[in-house]
Amino acid sequence: MSTTDKYTSCGPQLEEQTVFEQSVAGRQGFSFGPSDVPGIDFKSLYGTLSRNKAAELPELAEVDVTRHFTRLSTLNYSKDIGFYPLGSCTMKYNPKVANRAASLPGFSETHPHQDPKTVQGNLELLYTLQHDLAEICGMDAVTLWPAAGSHGELTGILMIRAYHKSKGNPRKKVLIPDSAHGTNPASAAICSYEVVQVKSDGCGLVDPEDVARHMDEEVAAIMITNPNTLGIFENNFKKVADIVHSKGGLVYCDGANLNALMGYVRMGEIGCDVMHMNLHKTFATPHGGGGPGSGPVGVGKILEPFLPVPIVVKRGTEYVLEENRPQSIGRIKSFFGNFGVLIRAYTYIKELGGEGLNAATRLAVLNANYVKARLKGAYDLPYDCPVLHECVFSDKIQNEHGVKTLDIAKRLMDYGFHPPTIYFPLIVHGAIMIEPTETENKALLDRFCDAMLSIAKECKETPDVVLNAPSKTFRRRLDEVQAAREPRLKA
Amino acid sequence: MLKVIGAADIEDLFSSIPKDLRTKKQLDLGTPLAEPALLEHLKKLSGANKNTAETISFLGGGAYRHFIPSAVSELAGRAEFVTPYTPYQPEISQGTLQTMFEYQSMMCRLFDMDVSNASNYDAATSIAEAALLSRRVGKKRKTFCMPDNLHPEYRDVVRTVLGNDDTNLCTLPSEDGLFNRRALKDSLNDDLAGVVVGFPNFFGIVEDLKDVADMVHKAGGIFIAAVSEPLSLALLSPPGSWGADIAVGEGISFGLPVSFGGPTLGIFTAKEAFLRNMPGRICGMTTDTEGRRGFVLTISTREQHIRREKATSNICSNQALCASTAAIYLSLLGKNGLQELADLNLGRAEYAKKRLTQINGVKLKFNAPAFNEFVLELPKPANTVLAALLKDNIFGGIDLGKWYPNLKNCILVCVTEMISKNDIDLFADKLGTVLR
Repeated sequence: MSTTDKYTSCGPQLEEQTVFEQSVAGRQGFSFGPSDVPGIDFKSLYGTLSRNKAAELPELAEVDVTRHFTRLSTLNYSKDIGFYPLGSCTMKYNPKVANRAASLPGFSETHPHQDPKTVQGNLELLYTLQHDLAEICGMDAVTLWPAAGSHGELTGILMIRAYHKSKGNPRKKVLIPDSAHGTNPASAAICSYEVVQVKSDGCGLVDPEDVARHMDEEVAAIMITNPNTLGIFENNFKKVADIVHSKGGLVYCDGANLNALMGYVRMGEIGCDVMHMNLHKTFATPHGGGGPGSGPVGVGKILEPFLPVPIVVKRGTEYVLEENRPQSIGRIKSFFGNFGVLIRAYTYIKELGGEGLNAATRLAVLNANYVKARLKGAYDLPYDCPVLHECVFSDKIQNEHGVKTLDIAKRLMDYGFHPPTIYFPLIVHGAIMIEPTETENKALLDRFCDAMLSIAKECKETPDVVLNAPSKTFRRRLDEVQAAREPRLKA
Repeated sequence: MLKVIGAADIEDLFSSIPKDLRTKKQLDLGTPLAEPALLEHLKKLSGANKNTAETISFLGGGAYRHFIPSAVSELAGRAEFVTPYTPYQPEISQGTLQTMFEYQSMMCRLFDMDVSNASNYDAATSIAEAALLSRRVGKKRKTFCMPDNLHPEYRDVVRTVLGNDDTNLCTLPSEDGLFNRRALKDSLNDDLAGVVVGFPNFFGIVEDLKDVADMVHKAGGIFIAAVSEPLSLALLSPPGSWGADIAVGEGISFGLPVSFGGPTLGIFTAKEAFLRNMPGRICGMTTDTEGRRGFVLTISTREQHIRREKATSNICSNQALCASTAAIYLSLLGKNGLQELADLNLGRAEYAKKRLTQINGVKLKFNAPAFNEFVLELPKPANTVLAALLKDNIFGGIDLGKWYPNLKNCILVCVTEMISKNDIDLFADKLGTVLR
């Protein structure tokens, strides 16, 4: 038996042509039935504006479409299949009840242009979710409309800009640590801010002295991820916030790692003025292969006037959508955010309650520390400081055998696991970033750690196995250079 | 586990958090609910809404209610599509990636464009991205124009993203519901970055905009078409054929529940020349080490995780599952099914138009051709009429007075295949009664 045989086997993985290659002229997978009104000759109605050739969509029977997408689905790794130790992504299990909640017709059949009086259930849910998220983060108010984390960042920076502008000067710069997510500088740049990088110290933490050096009255804000992308709590957060506030700047918190803090730290209490949360991370909504997510933003009192419209407020017993807010940055998305995702997050929060969320944080931190303890020694730990919900190793030890992080990641697939986040944060060369989350038990974590240790051994003894991985997946390594050099982006 | 870690208690693992930074507050989120009670609570909450399935709804305005075939919800609801992460590890993500590739191909074919990304958030944010792109590509060019017959919420979002203080963003007044060429004339100079048009526009009107594209191109700007009801493209000449450099759309119509307007699906397509300036993830075809075909995320050097502040956009998470759903929906309907559906929408809408304008005092506000949506002018204030209709369980349309003071008595009426002839007849009877 080879090393990975107890982890994976080769099942019936079927080659699947594209839906276009399977198309047969004249087939149709669905019919709407005969019309009960007279037909209209669209060509004479639209004249030169009519389409002269139908779009070449595929033509298949329902059974073919069903098999095609079912077969494709089996080629995916997914949370429901196994473990995703993706650092910074908080891939926890997505409770099924949340999907059922979102598909209740009472929600899914409501329309955004209905009179607010006829969607009091939706508005109550949104109002409560605004409150709950504010409660969890210690912020004064929350907007639910941003569609993703980076959309939340954009919303937050736009509010910061509007705030400074109301004081007479929008300011020019935003400070961002070198360990930050790429979305932070990208979001700041859209709002015309110059990005100034702040150095981290020996524990990868923001260095208050470096912040003080860069801080002047042209700095609009600092963007900090807490715990940082190494999983380490920014213990100088309050001190840094005081430095920034003393020059009139604001403190933005990237809440990607909120899963480490629920019930322990409320960012609004320690100097954070605005933060986004990723509902598809901390609040267990499914990732969908890349989205839809949801990135609500919480703000302190001083930024409340600048929140996007509308805000859900309660007047007496009625929930209303407040639009008339003169200082608001405006609307950030059409309609009411990714409402279906908001329902799922609401469901999750109501199922767990405050103590349940606190317990989730406790177990997430326990799991991360367990993985860290088991892998330490076999893998290099560039920042050996106490971590919360995730830990970051490097490939330094394996480099001696010519093996890199990418190879280790690919080899994990042969063991039946999704790889961790790799090559991030940028301050760690060859980073391997592991976030197990709270929804995995010890047996699973042991299997994962055993696999990682087995790979470390392979790197020493049979590095070729690792260098040529994956060998048991539906496809071997794919040529990304070729894909970018000669783009083939459609059938 | 604690023994392996070398800690006595879980709480010890939190010792890196200074005492004075910890909260003293117990989170107040109500009593936790087990699944049965939780569902009971959610049913009650959702039951407090009046939903469109238990009424007759003529609401559209950017969110169109269409029939969702059983196969679509079942396939798109598969956990293997719902619960994976972004396919950064292509060897174990070929399902999502090939679906993405097929989605991109379908969007290119429907919009007659060269390239499509794997999705943006919605049509509104796609226009904002296109506006930013037009300025980036246009270097010093700053002026961005949008007509007031573009969806009001799309315009709001563009204004928000470009900044409330942006003096180079102009709104062009429309004329009789149509794009006003004269209003554009002032902006046709070397500061013009881009112009966006709605097709069909917010009033449901289908108008010939080829000459506008030519005007914009001649001035050196980028021409953007925004399609909020892409089903219409089954019958209408696609944006790529009349000069769009970028064509965006709202994909709710393609198999997604309206769900209070979200999740949405931002469609973003462009001509080849703009590929390396596009926002968002793009999937491409390649081969593996054994020469077998496979798919990967590509042209990533545009993106934030590589380019940081120099990225073409800050977008990371997109609306992948919505795009997968659209690909499944369009595969099922196929070339002929989509046209059949569009014909059905047009037929019912035209019938409704005829039937409703027979009512005394009810007029068609604009005479230009439309698809499944049109504006009616009523002899009474729209809000009182709509409120009266709601008593009969009819959502009669959208009161346009909210955005257009000169259209106070006007409603935007949408008729999809979900509305039968009988529904239209009933609506006509009730509207007649209300107006009597």
